[in-house]
Amino acid sequence: MRAAKAVIGNQTALRSIAAQGRKSLVPDRPKISVGMATCGLAAGADEVFAALQQEVAKRDLPYLVTPTGCLGWCSQEPMLDVKLPGQPRLTYGRMDVRKARELVRSLEKHDLKLPWILGVTTRDPNPVTGSESIYARRLNGLSGVPRLKDLPVFRHQVRLVLRNCGLIDPASLEEYIARGGYLALIHALRELTPEQVLDEVTRSGLRGRGGAGFPAGTKWAALKRQTATPKYLVCNADEGDPGAYMDRAVLEGDPHSVLEGMLLGAYATGASQGVIYVRDEYPLAVQRIQEAIAQAETAGLLGEKIPAARRNGSFGFQVRVVKGAGAFVCGEETALIRSVEGHVGEPRTRPPYPVEKGLWGKPTAINNVETWANIPVIVQRGGEWFAKIGTATSKGTKVFSLVGAIKNTALIEVPMGISLRQIVEEIGGGIPDGKAFKAIQTGGPSGGCLPASQLDLQVDYESLTRAGAIMGSGGMIVMDESNCMVDIAKYFLTFLADESCGKCFSCRKGLERMQEVVTRICAGKGSERDLPLLEDLGWLVHETSLCGLGQTAPNPLMSTMKHFRAEYEAHVREHRCPAKVCRELIHYRIDPMLCDGCHACVRVCASEAILGEKKAVHEIDDARCIKCGACLEVCVPKAVEVH
Amino acid sequence: MEATTEVAERSAELLPLLQKLQAEFHYLPEQALRAVARRYHVPLTQVFHLATFYNCFSLEPRGKHHVRVCLGTACHVRGGQRILEKVLRELNLIQEGTTADMDFSVEGVRCLGCCGLAPVMRVDTRTHSHLKQAAVPKILQKQRTPAGNGL
Repeated sequence: MRAAKAVIGNQTALRSIAAQGRKSLVPDRPKISVGMATCGLAAGADEVFAALQQEVAKRDLPYLVTPTGCLGWCSQEPMLDVKLPGQPRLTYGRMDVRKARELVRSLEKHDLKLPWILGVTTRDPNPVTGSESIYARRLNGLSGVPRLKDLPVFRHQVRLVLRNCGLIDPASLEEYIARGGYLALIHALRELTPEQVLDEVTRSGLRGRGGAGFPAGTKWAALKRQTATPKYLVCNADEGDPGAYMDRAVLEGDPHSVLEGMLLGAYATGASQGVIYVRDEYPLAVQRIQEAIAQAETAGLLGEKIPAARRNGSFGFQVRVVKGAGAFVCGEETALIRSVEGHVGEPRTRPPYPVEKGLWGKPTAINNVETWANIPVIVQRGGEWFAKIGTATSKGTKVFSLVGAIKNTALIEVPMGISLRQIVEEIGGGIPDGKAFKAIQTGGPSGGCLPASQLDLQVDYESLTRAGAIMGSGGMIVMDESNCMVDIAKYFLTFLADESCGKCFSCRKGLERMQEVVTRICAGKGSERDLPLLEDLGWLVHETSLCGLGQTAPNPLMSTMKHFRAEYEAHVREHRCPAKVCRELIHYRIDPMLCDGCHACVRVCASEAILGEKKAVHEIDDARCIKCGACLEVCVPKAVEVH
Repeated sequence: MEATTEVAERSAELLPLLQKLQAEFHYLPEQALRAVARRYHVPLTQVFHLATFYNCFSLEPRGKHHVRVCLGTACHVRGGQRILEKVLRELNLIQEGTTADMDFSVEGVRCLGCCGLAPVMRVDTRTHSHLKQAAVPKILQKQRTPAGNGL
């Protein structure tokens, strides 16, 4: 490898690498990109990848088979893109080994319209440059295939943070650069002052995407004012909210976007050291970001002295990855700091805030992955451009993981201000199996559940907080009529009681007691007095806890008690679970009119509770039944009922 | 001042070291923890504090195959708890832990980040999604046979 090629010192070097990257992104031979992020792999993408490679080799075809990140439509995984020279980009979903082989055979015959085609894309926007990559101007014999961007799941999306996810090979620095990567950084290092960079971020109105929504520009300005050195930047990739995987997708699909964001932040604030704290449960994300760091170091974009920086003497920034060890509380910034320092994740009082005294007592600015990934776009396009997206108080876009009881489980990025209804009904496609919408949970264990009456709410920081939920990191879990809200409250309390670090008596004991009370209620042993007791305990934990975990812990319980009071009352007054979820309050029964005696239930019954001869009507012995649900799963005529 | 920095540097190395030990032994043997405390001149309680605080560590030996059933919110609303119970029943375990023959360790974890494909469980490095109770026996069986020994 020639040394001149290795180090990127100016725009010329960047342009030459971009040209290479473009050849790799849009090659002159057919390319199949398979979504190989953790979700895709969980759905079997690695087998699809191997099958494609095998079939291509078998037929001696000059096709490229490459990995890419998360394409975002999780319910369609495994997904892949086909890029033929001069043709639009084609996206296929629900792939498996058999379909993969058939795909290769069909491509050879130039037959692209396979039944599992999801959509076609003639051009992809490039948010960094503001331009577009045009693949083909016409649909070239693909009439009848919808445009991917017009599908309900994509129509309202504005992919800034996710700009490269699913489009590039995350292990390719060249492809990142071909999509405008490091343009902002090189431009800033050679033509802007640190103050100018900070200015753009402040003007953008970007608020921290980790959940608290603190203005990034304000935090950076505070760090800039500090005189103690070294100054640290931390990327919080602890993403502990169950149901949220936005940060994982960015780290697995576009790791350089985070590095570039941090480099710009370091230049703006005078920071020289960085830490990327990734949770232990994300091994692929750790691998990808470590690869990216190595690539950036070789390219001279990370290091003690970065060649590209001309103004203001030498500029250097070094970053390392620190793995979490499995503690939800370490997502809290002071607990995270303690964890990096090698201690248990017990938060500290603030003030002093980390910007004054953070990692090892030095000035530290901590921001979430999504916040960092926004920075290159903001610096290149300008803060004012960014501020045009979103609402008056919540600028830009937000990435959400839309999961649960929804047809299109997906990782989406939408402008702030979109309504919950649009997210659930249009993007999400509504509730599957003809069930009714019941609630949407946002903000993870610090957030709340909103009922159908709140669906027209605009999604922004203030609206969600006013309604009793919070924006949080972006997890959006949809629940339908078959979910019990008291059970949901029990779930969150169990989680939080478990994850409480234990430092504060009221959080440690208060959550334990609250969990006990709700468990009693779910078991049908609750009473009317339990409800005001829960409210009192909730208030106490909120008021007397040191950190965000304890302070927001009562939220899921309080929001469900507020919006779903009737359900709580049914549990304590009638010992009844309207959603038929709480085990001690339900009974399984076989409808004799529907049972066809197929005996499938007997085979899977966990406690030998089903009696019946083959071809005769079966019966469940309530005393032995443990309500495991296995019979419900296998009963074809749907004769198993829950009371 | 120097002494404080030294202590800080030593502390910072503890967590990554414990993580390495956990990866190598699949648990943290008491002797290893005592050795770490001696080597780094830190109180044994500090090392045990770390070992018992963080979820990735186990003080008990883990089985050959590590089964993690996701109990994250998305998996919970799609029946994750029932999947965990099915796994425990299949392996004759009353609660989360290790089988007598040391073949399997089972634990419920909170969020593997595959929420779009709930319910999910991870066996060693392989993640299984869209789980139904009926699929569990086969997945576990595959791990028992010599051919399917941990992908």
